[in-house]
Amino acid sequence: MEDKIVKTMTRMLLPFIQLYGIFIILNGHISPGGGFAGGAMIGTSLILYTIVFGLPKARKKFSHRAAEFMESGGLILYVAIGLIALIFGLPFLTNIEAGFSLGEPGKIFSAGMIPIIMIGIGIKVFSTMVSLFHILIEEEIS
Amino acid sequence: MKRHITNAFFIILFILLCYAVYEMPIDHTTDAPSYNEVVNHYIEQGLNDTGATNIVAAIMTDYRGFDTLGETIVLFSSIVAAASVLRPSKKKEEVDEHGR
Amino acid sequence: MNFLTFLVENINYLGGIALFLIGLHIVVTHSNLIKRIMGINIMGTGVFLFFVAIGYVKDGIPPIIIGGEPIYINPVPSVLILTGIVVSVSITVYSLALTIRIYQTFGTIDQKEISKLIQEEEYHD
Repeated sequence: MEDKIVKTMTRMLLPFIQLYGIFIILNGHISPGGGFAGGAMIGTSLILYTIVFGLPKARKKFSHRAAEFMESGGLILYVAIGLIALIFGLPFLTNIEAGFSLGEPGKIFSAGMIPIIMIGIGIKVFSTMVSLFHILIEEEIS
Repeated sequence: MKRHITNAFFIILFILLCYAVYEMPIDHTTDAPSYNEVVNHYIEQGLNDTGATNIVAAIMTDYRGFDTLGETIVLFSSIVAAASVLRPSKKKEEVDEHGR
Repeated sequence: MNFLTFLVENINYLGGIALFLIGLHIVVTHSNLIKRIMGINIMGTGVFLFFVAIGYVKDGIPPIIIGGEPIYINPVPSVLILTGIVVSVSITVYSLALTIRIYQTFGTIDQKEISKLIQEEEYHD
């Protein structure tokens, strides 16, 4: 895109969208939101960057190696947190009895393993959205 | 002619389904059949069991965390399926049998 | 007045049915492949709305625990639909990828012309 207004506004808006997305992911156990909504917001910000600035520049920001790393990393984080409970002899994916701290309700560092799982889900949804968009738009660079 | 028959058919279907909603036993109170003891247990013991004030997040990751793991696997396999279909194809130098 | 009361109280169910029928009308009428895929997505959205509307309780608040003794709405249908939304998006993406492949092979995305081309290929072979 060659428009100066669109390019300038995108450059100014992008950090705020991502910051809001990270806020929604981290407060998933206190207020409505959670991993899926926050991951979709961060993914939307990078899709906007791809549409405005073109595919080669967006590939530099989110390369193939980064997509592989994040996609597998989110899933491995989820399964690893679940496997911690197996060490203590409890079923897969137990929360409080496996040693995670309870904390007081209302703070960010509470509720055991829930924020960590929300971060894993958020990273995975964000990486999936951007990867699918880059795959579908690949053949058609004008 | 075909278009008018299709539109009339859909309007009749809409009226039929609205009548079905009219005959449904809708109950918007706490005595509804879907507000059973499982939901009461989630609401009363949710804060003590998990420590999260958002009940939807507590159900999704703690009480039913295995379903969310399966859904994450569905997201991963959708990328694998889409990428395997759209592999870049090499331009083959074949000529069609009609010479096009 | 009975009709108006019925309309206002159960508007979520009627909206879900309307979305489902609009999506079905799109699939049946048009012959463009991309429009049909979007119609299937709209049908899915209508079903999700119908399912979530079951959990409404009159004078209830959203299920975030604050002090006191309020009445909460039913949180279980919302949780079950979160997984369903992701599956619906995944199916739409795969169908669109297959449509790109169909365009590269046949040169058109109109369903009637594709049927004609397939019949001609079988006839000449």
